Amino acid sequence: MKTDTVNSATKYRLQIKILLFIIALSLSFCTLLLIVAQIPPFSVYRHILQGAFGSWNKLIQVLNVWAPLTICATGLVYTFRVNLWNIGIEGQVIMGAVFATALLRINFLVSFPLLSLFMAMLAAICGGCFWSCITGYLKIKGGVNEIFVGLGMNFLSQGFLLWLIFGPWKRAGMASMSGTEVLSTSFWLPTFFEFKLAPIGIFLALVVIAVSLCLLQFTYFGLALKAVGGNPAAALVLGLQPNRYFLSAMLLCGALAGLVGYLQVTATYHRLIPAISSNYGYLAILVAMLANYRILPIPIIALFFASLNVGSIQLPMALQIDSSFGGIIQGALVLSALGLYAWHSQTLQRTRRRK
Amino acid sequence: MNLTGLESIFSSLVAGATPILIAAIGETLTEKAGVINLSLDGTILLGAMISFVTTYHTGSLGLGFFAGALVGAGLAAIIAGLSLFFGASQVAVGFVLTLLARDLAYFFGSTYARISAPQIPPLPIPYLSNLPVVGPIFFNHNILVYWGLILIPLATWFLYYTNAGLILRAAGENPKTCFSRGINARFQQLIYSIIGGSLVGFSGAAFALCFKPGWGQPQGAEGTGWIVLALVIFGGWHPVRACLGAYLFAFLQIASLHLQNQFESVPAQVFQVAPFPLMIFSLLLVRLLEGDSHRNLSMSQTRSSGFWQKIFSYLTGPAPSALGKPFSTEADH
Amino acid sequence: MQIELRNICKNFGSTSANSDISIIFKAAAIHGIVGENGAGKSTLVKIISGYTAKSGGDILIDQTPVDLENPSQALQLGIGMLFQDPMDFPQLSVFDNYILGLHRAFLLRRDFFRKQLTAWCKKLGFTFYPDDRLATLSIAERHQLELIRLLSLGVQVLILDEPTTGTSTVQKDILFFALQQLAESGKTIILVSHKLKDVESLCTHVSVLRKGRLVCNMQRPFSQKQLLEHMFEESPSTPRFSYSPSGSTILEFKQVWGSKGRNRLINCSMCACQGDIIGLAGIQNSGQELFLRIAAGLAKADSGQIRLYDRRLHHFSYPYLKRQGVAFVPSARLEEGLISGLTIAEHTALVQSPTRFIPSQPEIYSKTQGRLATFDIRGFPDTSVEMLSGGNQQRLLFSFIPLNSIVLLLENPTRGLDPASAAYIWNHLLNAYQTNACIIFSSWDLDELLTYSNRLLVFFDGHIIKDVPTSQIDMVQLSRAMAGIT
Repeated sequence: MKTDTVNSATKYRLQIKILLFIIALSLSFCTLLLIVAQIPPFSVYRHILQGAFGSWNKLIQVLNVWAPLTICATGLVYTFRVNLWNIGIEGQVIMGAVFATALLRINFLVSFPLLSLFMAMLAAICGGCFWSCITGYLKIKGGVNEIFVGLGMNFLSQGFLLWLIFGPWKRAGMASMSGTEVLSTSFWLPTFFEFKLAPIGIFLALVVIAVSLCLLQFTYFGLALKAVGGNPAAALVLGLQPNRYFLSAMLLCGALAGLVGYLQVTATYHRLIPAISSNYGYLAILVAMLANYRILPIPIIALFFASLNVGSIQLPMALQIDSSFGGIIQGALVLSALGLYAWHSQTLQRTRRRK
Repeated sequence: MNLTGLESIFSSLVAGATPILIAAIGETLTEKAGVINLSLDGTILLGAMISFVTTYHTGSLGLGFFAGALVGAGLAAIIAGLSLFFGASQVAVGFVLTLLARDLAYFFGSTYARISAPQIPPLPIPYLSNLPVVGPIFFNHNILVYWGLILIPLATWFLYYTNAGLILRAAGENPKTCFSRGINARFQQLIYSIIGGSLVGFSGAAFALCFKPGWGQPQGAEGTGWIVLALVIFGGWHPVRACLGAYLFAFLQIASLHLQNQFESVPAQVFQVAPFPLMIFSLLLVRLLEGDSHRNLSMSQTRSSGFWQKIFSYLTGPAPSALGKPFSTEADH
Repeated sequence: MQIELRNICKNFGSTSANSDISIIFKAAAIHGIVGENGAGKSTLVKIISGYTAKSGGDILIDQTPVDLENPSQALQLGIGMLFQDPMDFPQLSVFDNYILGLHRAFLLRRDFFRKQLTAWCKKLGFTFYPDDRLATLSIAERHQLELIRLLSLGVQVLILDEPTTGTSTVQKDILFFALQQLAESGKTIILVSHKLKDVESLCTHVSVLRKGRLVCNMQRPFSQKQLLEHMFEESPSTPRFSYSPSGSTILEFKQVWGSKGRNRLINCSMCACQGDIIGLAGIQNSGQELFLRIAAGLAKADSGQIRLYDRRLHHFSYPYLKRQGVAFVPSARLEEGLISGLTIAEHTALVQSPTRFIPSQPEIYSKTQGRLATFDIRGFPDTSVEMLSGGNQQRLLFSFIPLNSIVLLLENPTRGLDPASAAYIWNHLLNAYQTNACIIFSSWDLDELLTYSNRLLVFFDGHIIKDVPTSQIDMVQLSRAMAGIT
């Protein structure tokens, strides 16, 4: 037993070492880029920090990005556990938003705002599930690669959303990229006084994190997911039905994505806009990868990514550089993480083989 | 529609498919060798931006295309290097690079938005372009279109009629066995990732310098990379089939432009997005039907049975067996 | 070309696969190498063909010593090897497979090589359609193609490792005819085989290996009986279980056919009763592996009936059958049985039926501890299974068989275990399951089959060619049956 604790201590030290390497590598890459572009790097980083944490308002914006990002990334951990690439999460978010809006547009529910808000949440979850279910089903029955079905579903949902915004649900008189009619304020998720912080979103994210942590860490279900992802053939011999777990992981992820769509409609935009998903699905894939597909680091990484997103918004105004710089930092982080993890696991294998 | 109308549609079809098919051939080479390069969407954008900027500063179109190809080669080398030598997941690295390359393109390109740079001039082929019907459709374009048209038979010839092409395919099928035939599969995979990637970067340059000239945010090539990936995979890893898909996609895009004028009640944005899901799902349909025909074929062991089965077995093919799987050449003991 | 081996040795770690083997392979002769599973035949030919480095000894080609470092070097010297699993590219066409690696020119000289291919086919009596995908060909045809390919590379010494496993008699005749022709034209042919009939009818010389050592070199004429005596040591008579067809029928196969990869099962009928311990004998890939997998619901039968008690099974999967009391233990532990990355305790939690949504950790740990103690597994509950030694992994797998199982399907149950722990495993199996269940196990170890089973099924080429009580068969008869002689 003693050896185990020693092992875990060295393991943590190693983790921290790798983490520092990742940060150093990506930061030097980004700084180099800025120097090449002849932009003073420190002022860029300062502006990003100020843009994210400079005022209460900014902080609230960060938290409003954090909640959906965390929920999506947590959902992705389920699918990554069984070795599926749910790239279709983007479309699942959109469908969640569409289903939620559809329910809120039902007339006779207007008099029961709380009930309809709750029903809309269920509808959004169903929408995400439905969309992910198609991908999952084609994967296990047709053997079609989930990445490509997912992409197709993303395009399809994007087209559907545009058709709704410019067609049947267009704003009275004119259709435009600014989206559908704004929902009546009774359908807005409650906020803190004059701040735009929707505590329900934060609360939901925290619940999702806690529940998922328990589910994956302590339950039979979580263990089974891990087993199926590790070796489907052996899982079958141990008496599990791999297909069942593939599909349930897909459904869970879709449900969480649908929930994000719901938050986007009721808490953030209060209407349907063409960019309703805000690319959180794709960004969440990066978050999950940087977290090395574990739950615990996700909230922290999501917070960092959210602050990068919010902080880089003001870069064009302040320094005349494009706001995509935040995305570059994120990408560089994940790329160096992938490289370092791969390098690390290979050296580990080599030393093991030598033994 | 009258004859000239049809001619102009076909002519723009031949032109519009060009950058897509160049990228599709590049990705086919990469995947035939057993590496999956998922970063196409970003590669095309970054290639477009770099080539545009290069051409803008140097005034040389040739340098622009070279720079675009170089970018594609570099990105492909990152994927191949990390996966072949360090065992990282090709899909994961490719996905990150997709987003990273896109952001890099927007970041460095933002100051070059909506300005003009030299473009590829049209180059009607003398005599041939004056032929009725065929002339305007095939021979009244620029050099890129001709290059794309040549590239299809060239790639097919390379893959199926040369020794190097055979070795490439063998590396994608069974890298471990290659060892026993004196072939270094890992080296093959690296080389063809880079060559394929450079073609993809080249197609990005083709967008910026010819087909959707200029740079902006959005540039207009967004999403094409994903379509190309789907073309290659659902098109059964055969250059001709992938290019047929490219023409189908170009046709859908042109059709949506025409339909947009006819149905004014339906918003234009829908027509802009519509080709993407339509494309993916027509490919998916072919794939699913093909799955059935393959199963039937293997059951009955017959060579040819039924018209549709023939069609489907021609339209698609099996994946390279080692696609996306890292392998180790070290002995098991 | 003549190859001479002098005192060849090969060690894998502390185990010795070949020791002190000296053989001369003469030109224009067909030389057989026979021996039991694990006798060291494959290792020996891999050394000759450059796939494995020898640990000691010399190889001489036409009296000159050579160093064979890799397969392509051996090929340049004129030594080519045909593997049991052909080293080829199933997705490519026959013709592509043929020319791959044959020449270095940029353009494929299709016409030239097509003519060459047809010429070889005509000479050796093979038929190919060059444009067929290789995957549509049978194993035998793939072997034939590989053979032609090696010949056109100018190979003088041809090594074949079990070329007739899983092939039909017609195809075998074609191959043997070709081999005889090649020998007449001066090539050296080395044939590794379990099948004594093949060796007897084809080979001019034969070497018998046993446990990594050379037992004898013989020249024609030799008989199967002689070979058998050399292949298997005369074992001391072991205590036998008497066969008593006791309880009711549990598992029944009626005319079951199946095929998976190179394995086939042809018209297989058998039944197993309560208390039966059935040993499945047969050389590798004779059908016993597929039999176990079909019985476990892990492979699909093409036709026929399978009954569990008196219920006919139609659509079934292993998890379903497991709930009905069927247990399967595969021979490939880390590929099919255990999940690397998961700990022993996690495996324990998985195999328990999920009575509670959240398994209680202390309970799992105490159960795991108990399991580790009873089965003498050297590890902690937190040890990842891939860190365990092979024997410990095997014992762990056995500890997962539920005590109320009624059918136990075991693939090579004591592979890689030392005799003491093998005896321990068997003791446990017999005590825990014999009264209620039937145990069906396959093994490569004839002693184990004869010692522990009370009935034996012998598989040969997908058929069950013998079904007898163990008390009525001895080692010689058993090994004859395994070689296809009834």
